Amino acid sequence: MSFRNTPLTVNYDCDKSQLFNAEIRATIDEIISKYPSEWKQSAVMPTLTLIQDVNGGWLTRELMDDVAIYLDMPAVSVYEVATFYGMYDLKPQGKHKVCICNSVSCLLRGSEQLIHHVEHKYGVRQGETTADGRFTFKEVECLGACCNAPAVMVDKTYYENLSSDALDELINGLE
Amino acid sequence: MTDKITIEINGRICEATPGEMIIAVADRVGISIPRFCYHKKLSVAANCRMCLVEAEQGGRPFPKPIPACATPVGNNMKVWTRSPKAIEAQQGTMEFLLINHPLDCPICDQGGECELQDVAIGYGDDISHFNEGKRVVIDENFGSLIATDMTRCIQCTRCVRFCAEIAGVRELGATGRGEGMRIGTFVAHAVNHELSGNIIDLCPVGALTSKPYRFTARAWELTTVNSIAPHDGIGSNIQLHIRRGQVMRVHPNENESINETWLSNRDRYSYTALKSKERLTTPMIKRDGIWCETNWSDALTTVAEKLKSTDPAAMGWLMSPTATLEELYLAQRIARELDCPNIDHRLRQQDFTGDIADPLLPWLGVSIAELEQQQGILLIGTDLRQEQPLIAHRIRKADLANGQIFFINPFQLELHHTARQLIGTPAEMVKNLAAIAKVLGISNSGIMQELINASEPNELQTAAATCLTQSGQQKQGLILMGAVATAHPNFTLLKAFAHAIADITNCKIGYLPAAANSVGAYYAGAHPRRLAGAKPSDQIGLTVAEMIEKPLKTLVLWGLEPNLDLNNPVQAMRMCEKADFVVACSAFRSHSLEKAADVLLPIAAFTETSGTYVNSGGTWQRFQGAVSPPNEARPGWKVLRVLGNLLDFKTFDYRDTAQIHDELAALCVDLPNNNLRCDFEITMQPVENVLMRVSSVPIHAVDSLVRRALPLQSVDTTRSNFGVYLHPDQAKTEKVSALDWVTLKQYDYECTAQVFIDHRIPLGCAYIPAGIDEAAMLGDQINAINLITTGRK
Repeated sequence: MSFRNTPLTVNYDCDKSQLFNAEIRATIDEIISKYPSEWKQSAVMPTLTLIQDVNGGWLTRELMDDVAIYLDMPAVSVYEVATFYGMYDLKPQGKHKVCICNSVSCLLRGSEQLIHHVEHKYGVRQGETTADGRFTFKEVECLGACCNAPAVMVDKTYYENLSSDALDELINGLE
Repeated sequence: MTDKITIEINGRICEATPGEMIIAVADRVGISIPRFCYHKKLSVAANCRMCLVEAEQGGRPFPKPIPACATPVGNNMKVWTRSPKAIEAQQGTMEFLLINHPLDCPICDQGGECELQDVAIGYGDDISHFNEGKRVVIDENFGSLIATDMTRCIQCTRCVRFCAEIAGVRELGATGRGEGMRIGTFVAHAVNHELSGNIIDLCPVGALTSKPYRFTARAWELTTVNSIAPHDGIGSNIQLHIRRGQVMRVHPNENESINETWLSNRDRYSYTALKSKERLTTPMIKRDGIWCETNWSDALTTVAEKLKSTDPAAMGWLMSPTATLEELYLAQRIARELDCPNIDHRLRQQDFTGDIADPLLPWLGVSIAELEQQQGILLIGTDLRQEQPLIAHRIRKADLANGQIFFINPFQLELHHTARQLIGTPAEMVKNLAAIAKVLGISNSGIMQELINASEPNELQTAAATCLTQSGQQKQGLILMGAVATAHPNFTLLKAFAHAIADITNCKIGYLPAAANSVGAYYAGAHPRRLAGAKPSDQIGLTVAEMIEKPLKTLVLWGLEPNLDLNNPVQAMRMCEKADFVVACSAFRSHSLEKAADVLLPIAAFTETSGTYVNSGGTWQRFQGAVSPPNEARPGWKVLRVLGNLLDFKTFDYRDTAQIHDELAALCVDLPNNNLRCDFEITMQPVENVLMRVSSVPIHAVDSLVRRALPLQSVDTTRSNFGVYLHPDQAKTEKVSALDWVTLKQYDYECTAQVFIDHRIPLGCAYIPAGIDEAAMLGDQINAINLITTGRK
């Protein structure tokens, strides 16, 4: 027996119809329906993404607990997922997220300069938000865009082959 | 899949089962492969990479070293565990594992018995290529039993897998990633599961160690003595680790048919009470109401004279079922030689009316290992996880193997597996059984038939009946009666229904003997209707309830505290007060014993005497004394032998416990079946329409040793705090709210208690824990109770 091949379900004594709102619940239900019925908890990643987007780009512990309840899974399993992946944030974020790739291909093609440039020009270090709350600067692992390195992801859009100036333009264009 | 294949490990031909992992085969034939994350009882994680080996299959070598714990064997596979390539891989892994591991072995409790230390000797290098700073991790608070030094963690995740797979609670997890990965609870809270102590044994490094043992001894100073745990009917095999005549800690011994490799926290930490200040260390005698120390010969002569001069009909022997087989046997010999059959060990039983038909020797009905193979189990009246942690674990395994589990209880249990619970007042427990009986078409006479006629089976009761019928047909059905059933005012009625259901469905029936030697007590004859060898007796003695009712002149209390260990503490204390002479043999002194007794005789605890326990599955397990008793305390069997000699009994010159054991064993036959021996009439109706007290004994209150184990006492377990636990609606009916103070009244005794709201308690019931100090002011464990609002907030 392993909790890797048998899902460890936890039945919370809770009313699920009070969680989130009707629209979100419908979306989560749609995600759940993509997986085998006993593997409801497979929906945890898209659900966390959904909830994070609704909550202004970050997750609170309470929200993670709610996700655990909604998917009948142990809360600690949700924390494990949320702390493992770089795309989930557990602290308040700026309006936008500027994610610069720091993996090998981008590094060779100048992502280090991009990182220094952002740090100096906007006065933010990795994981910090600018004073005006416009954006949060994150270093991320390989974005899978090595062919056009260096790559930067702004919110959910990829921008490739960037120079410092091009990145500035991009950031200036953010609301 | 059962076909055997052969593989070659280091040139040695080994037989293997397809699907087995290489490491399991190597372990079986005694070839050692280093590992940290692999454990035979847990799922394969393959995350430490220490077990890398070189292998080839069908003449083609694997392109890189493979983890032996996660690679299934194939026919004619060749494996090298010590080849240059394998060793290089293992050394590389070792260097990586040591990157973040602190070099604090001199101040680490695990030092000297550390898997990482051992493997580092074999595979580690003197010099690391790592020059950067080491990682530091903030400690978690795991409560009073487990100390944490998470900086030492090598992230094998054995503790995480243990909690999820064995304990069934997913409290621990690995959060973060890469170097930032942490083992912890994220939300800091203590790990309260009754088996949580096992993660100390599982941890290959010093990240999780025992808190009470911390910094008290080194592994190489300890000598090991094998013993048997005394707190439940399992009889877990344990190792006592001794230094300079003191038990420093307790570890499990592997016994697949009993405790596997596990140990409950109760068995692991109860040793801390051996050094308690409350140990009784010299014989004491009460002279004009004042306790004086005395010597053994005076004390025993006094006792012998009193026993000789008392009318045997006015004498009673109350034996704790945690006493050894030898003690119980000698005690009943003395009692019966004195012509007194009034000896009993069923301290928490309330209803004795069905005694005549009781099985000769109520036991589990199946072996402990067979529990997990049952397809249908009905448990009647048991707070399972509190009573028998490792039986609860076996039942959980039965559920995971697609067995169906049903409970009939007066309160809902928190379980970590699926089970259908039929919850109701004590009267409804009987009705639930009657309804199941009705579905099964059982007809009987008298009260049973009335109850069957009156019942209208619901869905759950029908499901239970169907499950028992089906599993009974496959000879994989079992009905078990627990300690809550024993304390039930209509135990006889429950028993009659349970046996009737078992008969018609072909299910086996078993009892969950609550204490280490409850089965042994029947063998020893410490029972008013059983002679030694569990043979029926012609001369019927008084049961515990009758002894309490009938004023007795002389009482012998063995290993128990009258205000805590009996079903009705107030009546038990009154019985002692009414008696002219009470001798209490105990390892501890307490206010209640000092109040109740006239002579206190210090006897040895389980680590200080040799003896035998018979576990619930009927296995006889002998153990040796590991340390000497403190001061004047003596092993119980020696005290009884001298007493026998002073009373001039013949053949009472026992040399050792082996001789007593052999004498008794010669009288015993194999385990008899659990069938009822005759028909009997049931006269008692279940009590209805009054508020019923229901209770169980909290896990860390079962006997005098556990009650004094301070680390265990600070663990917060389910409903262990004294108070009345009421369903929210019941509280409304009684017009009380949470934390109000109320007066509880049973018969003419009363006490005050605080109200706790608990939706697991059914309507019509008030849960009040038994076996703890505050509950000593009350009566029967399960019976009617009055709740009077005091207005105090």
